[in-house]
Amino acid sequence: MKLFTELYVELDQTNKTNEKIEALRFYFEHASAADAAWAFYFLSGRKPRQIVPSKKLREWAIEQAGIPEWLYLESRDTVGDSAETIALLLPNNATVDETPLHELVEKELLPLRKSAEEIQKDAVIDAWSRMNYSQRLVYNKLISGSFRVGVSQQLVLRALSQISELPPDVLAHRAMGEWEPTPEFFYQLLDPNVDENETPIARPYPFHLAHQADVPIDELGNLSDWEAEWKWDGIRSQVIKRSGEVFVWSRGEDLITERFPELAAAAALMPDGTVLDGEILPWLDDRVLPFTELQKRIGRKNLSAKILAEVPVILQAYDLLEFEGQDLRATEFRNRRELLERFIGQAADDVSKIIKLTESVVAADWAHLAKVREKSRSLGVEGFMLKRRDSPYRTGRHRGDWWKWKIDPLTIDAVLIYAQKGTGKRANLFTDYTFAVWKGSELVPFAKAYSGLTDAEIRKVDRYVRDNTIETFGPVRSVKPTLVFEIAFEALQRSTRHKSGVAVRFPRILRWREDKRVEQADSLETIFAMLDAFQNPENV
Amino acid sequence: MKKSGLITLTSRGLYCKQGDFYVDPWKPVKRAVLTHAHADHTYRGNEHYLVPAEGERLSRIRLGDEADISTEKYGKTVGMNGVQVSFHPAGHVLGSAQVRIEHKGEIWVVSGDYKLMPDATCAPFEPVKCQHFITEATFGLPIYRWQPTEFIFEDINSWWRRNQEKGKASVIFAYSLGKSQRVMNGIDRSIGKIFTHGAVERLTQAYRESGVDMPETIYVGGVENKKEFVSSLIVAPPSAQQAVGWRRRFGPHSTGFASGWMMVRGARRQRAVDRGFVLSDHADWPELLSAIASSEAETVYVTHGFSEEVVRWLNENGQHAVPLKTQFVGDTAAEELAPGDET
Repeated sequence: MKLFTELYVELDQTNKTNEKIEALRFYFEHASAADAAWAFYFLSGRKPRQIVPSKKLREWAIEQAGIPEWLYLESRDTVGDSAETIALLLPNNATVDETPLHELVEKELLPLRKSAEEIQKDAVIDAWSRMNYSQRLVYNKLISGSFRVGVSQQLVLRALSQISELPPDVLAHRAMGEWEPTPEFFYQLLDPNVDENETPIARPYPFHLAHQADVPIDELGNLSDWEAEWKWDGIRSQVIKRSGEVFVWSRGEDLITERFPELAAAAALMPDGTVLDGEILPWLDDRVLPFTELQKRIGRKNLSAKILAEVPVILQAYDLLEFEGQDLRATEFRNRRELLERFIGQAADDVSKIIKLTESVVAADWAHLAKVREKSRSLGVEGFMLKRRDSPYRTGRHRGDWWKWKIDPLTIDAVLIYAQKGTGKRANLFTDYTFAVWKGSELVPFAKAYSGLTDAEIRKVDRYVRDNTIETFGPVRSVKPTLVFEIAFEALQRSTRHKSGVAVRFPRILRWREDKRVEQADSLETIFAMLDAFQNPENV
Repeated sequence: MKKSGLITLTSRGLYCKQGDFYVDPWKPVKRAVLTHAHADHTYRGNEHYLVPAEGERLSRIRLGDEADISTEKYGKTVGMNGVQVSFHPAGHVLGSAQVRIEHKGEIWVVSGDYKLMPDATCAPFEPVKCQHFITEATFGLPIYRWQPTEFIFEDINSWWRRNQEKGKASVIFAYSLGKSQRVMNGIDRSIGKIFTHGAVERLTQAYRESGVDMPETIYVGGVENKKEFVSSLIVAPPSAQQAVGWRRRFGPHSTGFASGWMMVRGARRQRAVDRGFVLSDHADWPELLSAIASSEAETVYVTHGFSEEVVRWLNENGQHAVPLKTQFVGDTAAEELAPGDET
């Protein structure tokens, strides 16, 4: 656990890819295969289910530290992470635990799940007493099922690729699907003998990425040279069917096949040698669900029948990168699109009910297209993707062939009324705000927002909150209402759960309106007027 | 705070009516008694200052040549309108003091900022018995527990060595008064050359002249050949982290930050440095409780930092305590406010 904790600390301390790879290399060069298998398991985002609930850990830590609960809670608000708070609160211990990672996991952690609470408690307290602060932190995260560190599986594979001199996609393929973190697995993972057929089938193409349109749209030339597709906001993905196997890759090049079984099942019915580019969306009754619904499915290893029924997904497919085993990327977009239309048009129902063709919009001219774009909000899209009809599928972010043409966010001037300390990077700073708008002479809460200010502004607001607190309710402070902020958001929905009567999507702080007084903030009437406007969009 | 007490909190600062002086006032007054030379305790514009003799050079830098400063050694008593005033080491930075104030058997101690952990750059904290103890609470939560200083220096040394192996310079951010000098005093100076930011260099010179052991330092502004920075240590105030242009001259470098705030990962990430070193000039939770207990005070007044939390803890544990809303900021903004932090 010593080496693994050191790796965790190194990965946690740096944002630099090279240093992360270096730390990973060092670890995998020095760890035993038994430990390395578990480390690879945890680092690639797999984790055993919670062994001991964090509530219990907290209870025992409070007891060990000899402090009251309120002091634990204050500490937690400052630290922004319970596993870390517990690690810090326990009386200092400079001893370093030398138990190998696999032994700790297999002999101490996993068997504890079925143990009686008293046995769990003794084991946890014993482990804490053997460990230093960083080890306790890692231990707490492992035992409560909250282990997470800032590396993607791809990065871990890059490090392993450097050590083994095997291509990362060979490793990626070997690491797919179900496996047990055993030394045998780890040996197989780095086995230098590569079977010819094992490599290419999983391999995605690098994604072609678009820039936000920053030129006047009518300067793009003739509209007939362009395809305008609705721009969906989901998970950008490549869906691959080769040699009878399906692979779904996210843009971050994480393999996410297992998270979307319905998509995998539909893709399995496609002919071999097919690669689609598109957007995974939560979709119910012919309509996209809010992105937050999709988040319920991301990051979950075990998908219950309930969640699958509540948040089904589809793929909005908009490009065909490989067909009948042929790489089509050099082909003009118009031809790829034509093939894609034909492919989906002729596909079996079981395929086309999940894999849908992204609608492209025909307009007379740019002005007309701009008018159509105003429907975006009512359709649940972000605007248009503009793609040059004669463009190839390029690698990476590229200017000129593809443009995002998004609608402007809605904005409101609102007043800061509550503040709470942030977590993680923003722990101990008041960074989580609640904003209010006027309802008559009363300020009613309307949105919470966390981002959008510069570090200097955050410090300034933090200072303001500390100096202008009216009341404290647990972690929340009510603040003298004088600061006005421009809040941007993507959509509004009526809501009975909110005091204001509306719910907002993706609220964020656009800027601090230091020029505005609190009386100049917007009112609820303005918001309801917006709501009416896009629920009854003008017909175009 | 009792209205009739020897010390009252006014809009200008902590005031002793009987002695007609203020301790660390934040607005101009006639007579100011200062605990130490950090910016939130040492404001310009007062008519007359009394500072601990050991910190005179530092006070002079902060207050300028024109300031009317008199000094007194630790433990010596000065009479002010019949009130007895004396300085006692606070262990915070060079020349930092607790101010003991006695009048007709009533004894107050204004601790300023302090720590109990050994620090070779200043005199160790001396517990002073009193009836009324005014304490800071910068790190007044039980999550703050410092490790022995040797551990931290081992960490800093090995970070510097590892950077050298990679052909990188090491830039460590530390408050220019106190922390910088503590870092330089404790680090293994055989590893390489040490360069300083202008703000640090001036104060380091004052430390040297005050008889504190400092390694040889070179002011970065005077360096012509930028290759000299490779594998060296550069000591700079936290504000220099944003000065990207200033940092460019060092070529590839790793950044570190020495502060008690580095105890928490979130704070470390906020700082966006490569390494955080938990080195503080303030008392941690056990030290705060120990200092409060050894003062044997009837009433404890808690200022800046986690004052509400410390007050609640003390009251729940049988110690009468009240919060005191001063304008001291402890370890958060002191450096940003410091005048003369030019490069």
